[in-house]
Amino acid sequence: MTVGLEHYLIVSVMLFCLGLLGVIIRRNLIVMYMGLELMLNAANLALVSFSHFRDNLDGQVMVFFIITVAAAEVAVGLALIVALYRKRQTNDVTDLTSMKL
Amino acid sequence: MSKEQIIRFLPTAVLLLPLISAVLILLFTKRYRQLSAGLSTGAVAIGLGISIFLFATQGVEKTEAGSDPKFTWLSIGLVENDSPLPTAVGQESFAIDIQTLNDPMSRLMLLIVTFIGTLVHVFSLVYMRKDIGFSRYFGALSFFVFSMLGIVLSSNLIMMFIFWELVGISSYLLISHWFDKPAAADAGKKAFITNRIGDVGFLLGILLVWQQAYTVNIASITGQVSTLAGLLIFCGAVGKSAQFPLHVWLPDAMEGPTPVSALIHAATMVAAGVYMLCRVMVLFTPDALLIIAWIGAITALLAALMAIQQNDIKRILAYSTLSQLGYMVMAVGCGGTEAAMFHLTTHAAFKALLFLGAGAVIYACHHEQDIWNMGGLRHKLSKTSITFIIGALALAGFPLLSGFFSKDAILMQAHLNQKPLFFIGVAVAGLTAFYMMRCVLVAFFGKARTDQAKEAHEVPGEMLLPLIILALFSVFLGAPQIGLAGYLGFEEDKASHHAALIWGTIAASVGMIGGYMVYRNADTDPLPAKLGVLSRWMRDRFYFDELYALLNHWTQETLSYASNWFDRWIIAGLGVKGTSGAIDVTGCLVRLFQSGNLQTYALLTVIGLLSILAWILF
Repeated sequence: MTVGLEHYLIVSVMLFCLGLLGVIIRRNLIVMYMGLELMLNAANLALVSFSHFRDNLDGQVMVFFIITVAAAEVAVGLALIVALYRKRQTNDVTDLTSMKL
Repeated sequence: MSKEQIIRFLPTAVLLLPLISAVLILLFTKRYRQLSAGLSTGAVAIGLGISIFLFATQGVEKTEAGSDPKFTWLSIGLVENDSPLPTAVGQESFAIDIQTLNDPMSRLMLLIVTFIGTLVHVFSLVYMRKDIGFSRYFGALSFFVFSMLGIVLSSNLIMMFIFWELVGISSYLLISHWFDKPAAADAGKKAFITNRIGDVGFLLGILLVWQQAYTVNIASITGQVSTLAGLLIFCGAVGKSAQFPLHVWLPDAMEGPTPVSALIHAATMVAAGVYMLCRVMVLFTPDALLIIAWIGAITALLAALMAIQQNDIKRILAYSTLSQLGYMVMAVGCGGTEAAMFHLTTHAAFKALLFLGAGAVIYACHHEQDIWNMGGLRHKLSKTSITFIIGALALAGFPLLSGFFSKDAILMQAHLNQKPLFFIGVAVAGLTAFYMMRCVLVAFFGKARTDQAKEAHEVPGEMLLPLIILALFSVFLGAPQIGLAGYLGFEEDKASHHAALIWGTIAASVGMIGGYMVYRNADTDPLPAKLGVLSRWMRDRFYFDELYALLNHWTQETLSYASNWFDRWIIAGLGVKGTSGAIDVTGCLVRLFQSGNLQTYALLTVIGLLSILAWILF
């Protein structure tokens, strides 16, 4: 059996769904954050596989950008979480409902 | 400017002077009583001078149409020659001009209005001397004269309607002059609203005339329009000239100051309706004329009957005015505009005299208006009573006084065209003589019945002067030698003239003798005992006011209840509260989604995204 594009894509979708579930279900902000990263990486995987199978480097270039942006996002996001924790002494999202009017 | 142009401009000057005076008084001189009165009196007196000049120099000659100064107020259709706009069939353009009309009829009317106006101003100088609203009174008086002159000089129906409404509002101001007295305030409102009912008809009539004759210019209306249009135009006259069934406002309007009654309710405003009818005479069909004549006759008869059992001296005169206006309208209905204008002129003189005389009596008796509280005034107020009696005789149609000739003309007109109306007219002549005899005998003869009457003393000269002038006119105005009838183009028919002469004289004599017999030495009114129910009906004005109140109760209050229900439940309930309620409920529902929980939002975002995906893909 040769490993084709669809296999990569299936793995990518599974990773994406795991990440999404993590974001939606888990209460811990750090874990939700990991879910987000997982979703980004699922997209990266899909882009890389498309790039490989279509002999087009555009997808890989895109992935570089995504990795860069993700790194920046992690820096900002983790800083926010730390700041939030300092202020509220919690990182459980069920306690953070101040967006409600 | 040449001499010609100046003369053409004169009617406009007469029209504008009172307006200028009214504006000056209301804006600047309200605090200076004498100055205000002087301005107002001066404006109308100059107007009188100009009117006499116009009347004397131009006589019956007609200026060519369209030569008088004008400005175009409104133009519809072809505005310029090179920009044709779509217009109605048979009509290229339409313009409403504000233009004065200078013909024999308007010159005569101009003279009447400014003449009576001047005398009333002079009379008011004394009568209103102690009034707190002295300046306001003269301002309103000037404004009224302006509006009335506007009607007289109108060259088209739209312009006439504008001034028609101005007369309505200024008469409201004058009737409610003593606005802190509820009766006066109500009377003003009543006059205004009753007039408004007629005016709606008038406006509709003007629109119909415009539709059917393609013009509202009085000079260019040459043919008949439909009966409906004619009757709607007549509606305006029914309101202003207080004809049945809109006659109810005139007696109540007696709440105004007495000089106002003399000006508005004898000589000018109520004459406007008759004048207007005479102006647009050509557009009435025979059917419309028949109805007009009968309305006039009914008014004349009913009002004369009501006058018999009134006790307030001003109300007697008010009903008598109604009755005489009915006479004039009847004359118009019988095709006799000349007779109507003739009677209008003489009536203006003797009725203004009677009203001013009544004013003098009221002034002398310290605001006592009930004739049964007077009596014996002949000795105390000898000059006033002589003038009053002359006026009463003229009104009653005493031979060779002015009223005799004009009444004769109307009766002749009725005899020529409508025999039944002729006999109603004769009956009214008899009744008129009767109630005037009653009024004079009770108020001026016999012995004084109250202290007020005993202590009455002659009024000052400024008040007497207008009375004496008017008395002279009341005596001589109708005489053939004066030539008023000839000026109006009145033509006599031998047979009808004789019938009118004989029957009219008989009726007047019977009325006067009857009145003398009944009221010779009466201390109380003997009629209620003799006539019973009929007398009560006369005294209570045939219950027209009550009938209207009842009608109001049924129609207006039902309507207002329905409107209230509609407003409360449909507009406020369904419309306003319904809308706000729907938004409220939606808001409550939507609020449930806004939990503030980050993960709920994420889930909803995903669901939304998935549904969009599904919608795109499948």
